[in-house]
Amino acid sequence: MTHDNGTTTHDGTAAGDEQAAQTGNGRAPSRRSLLGWGGAGLALGAVAAGGTAAALRTGGDAQPAGADATAGSAVAFHGKHQAGIATAVQDRLHFASFDVTTDDRDELIALLKEWTKAAARMTAGDAVGDGAVGGLAEAPPDDTGEALGLPPSRLTLTFGIGPTLFEKDGKDRFGIKARRPEALIDLPQFPGDNLDKSRSGGDLCVQACADDPQVAVHAIRNLARIGFGKVAIRWSQLGFGKTSSTTPEAQTPRNMFGFKDGTHNLAGTDTAALDKHVWVADGAAKGKESWMAGGSYLVARRIRMHIETWDRTSRKEQEDIFGRDKGEGAPVGKKNERDTPHLKSMLPTAHVRLAHPDSNGGIRILRRGYSFTDGTDGLGRLEAGLFFLAYQHDVRQAFVPLQKRLAANDALNEYIQHVGSAVFAVPPGVRHADDWWGRELFA
Amino acid sequence: MRALRTSAVAAIAAATAVTAVAGCAAKNDGKGGGGKGTVEVTATDSSCELSAKEFPAGHVRFAVQNKGSKVTEVYLYAPGDRIVTERENIGPGTSAEITAEVKAGSYEIACKPGMKGKGIRQKVTVSGKSASAKRDPKLDAAVSAYRTYVQEQADQTLPKARKFADAVKAGDVEAAKKAYAVSRVGWERTEPVAESFGDIDPKVDVRADGVEQGQKWTGWHKLEQSLWEKKKISGDDKKLADQLITDLKDWQERVGKAEITPTSMANGAKELLDEVATGKVTGEEERYSHTDLVDFQGNVEGAQKAYELLKPVVAKNEPTLAKELDKQFTAIGKLLDDHRDSKSADGFVSYDTIDKGERKKLSDGVNALAEPLSKLAAAVATTK
Repeated sequence: MTHDNGTTTHDGTAAGDEQAAQTGNGRAPSRRSLLGWGGAGLALGAVAAGGTAAALRTGGDAQPAGADATAGSAVAFHGKHQAGIATAVQDRLHFASFDVTTDDRDELIALLKEWTKAAARMTAGDAVGDGAVGGLAEAPPDDTGEALGLPPSRLTLTFGIGPTLFEKDGKDRFGIKARRPEALIDLPQFPGDNLDKSRSGGDLCVQACADDPQVAVHAIRNLARIGFGKVAIRWSQLGFGKTSSTTPEAQTPRNMFGFKDGTHNLAGTDTAALDKHVWVADGAAKGKESWMAGGSYLVARRIRMHIETWDRTSRKEQEDIFGRDKGEGAPVGKKNERDTPHLKSMLPTAHVRLAHPDSNGGIRILRRGYSFTDGTDGLGRLEAGLFFLAYQHDVRQAFVPLQKRLAANDALNEYIQHVGSAVFAVPPGVRHADDWWGRELFA
Repeated sequence: MRALRTSAVAAIAAATAVTAVAGCAAKNDGKGGGGKGTVEVTATDSSCELSAKEFPAGHVRFAVQNKGSKVTEVYLYAPGDRIVTERENIGPGTSAEITAEVKAGSYEIACKPGMKGKGIRQKVTVSGKSASAKRDPKLDAAVSAYRTYVQEQADQTLPKARKFADAVKAGDVEAAKKAYAVSRVGWERTEPVAESFGDIDPKVDVRADGVEQGQKWTGWHKLEQSLWEKKKISGDDKKLADQLITDLKDWQERVGKAEITPTSMANGAKELLDEVATGKVTGEEERYSHTDLVDFQGNVEGAQKAYELLKPVVAKNEPTLAKELDKQFTAIGKLLDDHRDSKSADGFVSYDTIDKGERKKLSDGVNALAEPLSKLAAAVATTK
């Protein structure tokens, strides 16, 4: 389940003030303005991620008048860190894990260069290659076309490398085995895990986040297409709603249990906290691991929620399990969502208590998870849950100890099951137009 | 067979049209047409009126207006009802545009209110010569060799199909089962050409889900169902065996006259891989017999033949593409090798024994080959 890494410092913002600040008119915000696009929080996050650029996907219709420029804008692709981590969380997700099918190192490198080029174009709102309509009439278009006329929608594409790229079945596949970082461990089996191999692992991953689902899906589809013959999608996951925010001014989105969870997520603007908890420090990335300086580690977990049994649980029990009230999201005995929790007034098995940094020696992670609903499961039950995504500077010092604690004790375990799992090393940002994903690793 | 037969027909027709356009960028100056090379087609429930019945060869545009109350479709037929181009699903009160590259000769335009039957026909004459550019003689050689190949496949199929039909007529279920998959190989190798006729494929290769209302289910797959699922041969099946041979003879006689261009060869190769991707990898094509891998191999072989014939031009125009295609054809051959069974009548294991993981490997292999193969048509349509 998600980890509640609240800070112990009270930020002092009453929920009422926060809402007023966000809507800017003092009226209670609509549900849409809280959960949907827009607001100062998103603008702030976009600036933090490297500046905004008003751009429009080429070759299509004009942006409708009165469209929210912030929501449709582009997030800078180039920078010290990859976008899509500290970036203000977008509304939608398409996450893909790939198996590398070629065994030719040069071919893999050529693909990564081509991917990077396509990613830079798509995040800027441009079509891939010669576009969706511009090429030869006899040839299939380079770009698949479903994003024509759509704004960049704050699309970010974040690239990661799984343990199996370094070594698989004892084989050093691409001559990079010696450069596998110590922190890129194979995750241990946690109590209660029921992992489906076909929804776990992967040699490479791309996380596509955007405010428009069609833009996110378009990005993964085109990268997969470019990759045919070199890589094959192993599994992918759509996320329809964000469950966390990296903009503390914004309300925490609710998860599929109807609760706000992860209130005190790391803020995309808190560079000191990001340096400490999320980015791999230059000093930590020594020798064979130097390629990871400025990078991060991503844990992805597909967490199925037993929706129907949860819905039959009394509100009192639901609130005790989380350690929060359902309406406001306030910690037990407190009034507002962002009030400092008093952990000892919660059940010892309460989710917030177990996940709180104070219970975990100050460990914090940056969560970027999304709710998913893949229809129903054939037994008439919602195939729904949380696609948990967390970034951290070292998996061994963050996700692993946290999850050990949660897997052993969390009252929520009765209502959830981890069914997919993967871990990736996320290299630093692509610096300039000639740079490419993974360059430092293959240098 | 294709689940959406007509789309394959349209693709071939479009591919044919496209070749000539690329070759010469011919423009019709509109003489004899309804202005600017456009022939207006006014369709009603009982009529099919044209603004011109004679127009010059080259790029022709048909502006169709459906003034009737039924959904209609419009076809341009060359002699022998070979579809040059077609457009389906033109709703009442709507209009549609069809374009084609048309050579001089006699044609028929058919409007089909209700989208059935032979339609309301109008004879049209296309005059003069279309100004198609001179083609690379290597491409002419490729087309000619491919035509020979297609004919050979039909010629070799007939005796195998007769063996299958004879076993069915003798009521010998086991012998018929053994002869079934091998009787289909030649067809599977050259299917897009057969499909360009429009009327043979629905008779010989339609699957249960592809049978249209009012259509009788005939052909290989009906007999496949009887042999594997019903496990008995009915009197009607015996008649269907004869019908299959009659229809295949029709194919054998007509296939040599099919319109073949370098682009249609290339697109046909891609379509064969589409067949594999949508029908064989999923196990839908041979759902009773599970002989999908035989069809799979046939489709790949047919695609490879078309590619090999075009390769002298491709290797010159797009050497990287040629290298990639060589590699991926080899790779898919190796993937198929993993599933061979020397004890089986058709050389392969039954597809229902292949688990999801293995099917994914095959699917990944098909994507790896089909993606570069989709670029083949452009590589032969443009000259460098």
